[in-house]
Amino acid sequence: MRYGILLLGAPYSSQAAHSAQRFARAVIAGGHQLDSVFFYHDGVYNASRLSAPPLDEPHLVDGWIELHREHGVQLDVCIAAALRRGLMDQEQAERHGKQGCSVEPPFQLTGLGQLVDLGLRCDRLVTFAP
Amino acid sequence: MNSDHINGVSSDPLPPAGDLLVIISHGPHGSSLLREGLDMALVAAAFGRRVSLLFMGQGCWALHPGQGAGALGQKGAHATLAMLEMYDIDQLMVEAAGFEQLGLEVADCQLPISVVDNVTVQAVVTSHQLVMNF
Repeated sequence: MRYGILLLGAPYSSQAAHSAQRFARAVIAGGHQLDSVFFYHDGVYNASRLSAPPLDEPHLVDGWIELHREHGVQLDVCIAAALRRGLMDQEQAERHGKQGCSVEPPFQLTGLGQLVDLGLRCDRLVTFAP
Repeated sequence: MNSDHINGVSSDPLPPAGDLLVIISHGPHGSSLLREGLDMALVAAAFGRRVSLLFMGQGCWALHPGQGAGALGQKGAHATLAMLEMYDIDQLMVEAAGFEQLGLEVADCQLPISVVDNVTVQAVVTSHQLVMNF
């Protein structure tokens, strides 16, 4: 089965991001395909490259990146939700005259059209919300 | 998918069908969920998808006219609601129970809508390929 994940919860604020990551691993371990994780609402904070949790806690941001590297899962971030919350890549930082950027590949800023497409393309789109 | 069954009238035995159903169940102020739900509907419609909207519970307040900016300085959603027709989103439904609870009436609503009962809500959910909750 083809799966997609929609994540609406910020890392560490609620169980949403943890659960989504465990679910992602379980889907792949179960022999299914996970096309993409779409980060929306406060879920965009999962794409923050500056995230530095205590060492004895799971590093959720790195966890997503590993998922991409190991299994090619796309990491799509809603651009409108991200910009509002101070998350932007180099291109957007230049466009908005900011000194640094807070999102880097493999996370990619994209539009809601991508989410609609993901939902219609996959057999299951599973939402994780706070 | 019952893609051939497109009907906007609630009394019709066939529920509206389509690619995407956006369910709004949060009130218009206090969070960005209404705006995000409407954005989702407009984007999908702009990409040529057939979109329906269902307002439930507190989400029914979105249809009540005369709302200005909220306490958080969020813009009212009326301008966006008015755009729905331009994007060919004409399947607008409200859940009867939510409507009744809030003391709202169809005549009060900003847009033409169909009132649907619980049974129809279930049918509407299954007649859309993708359902998004806001």
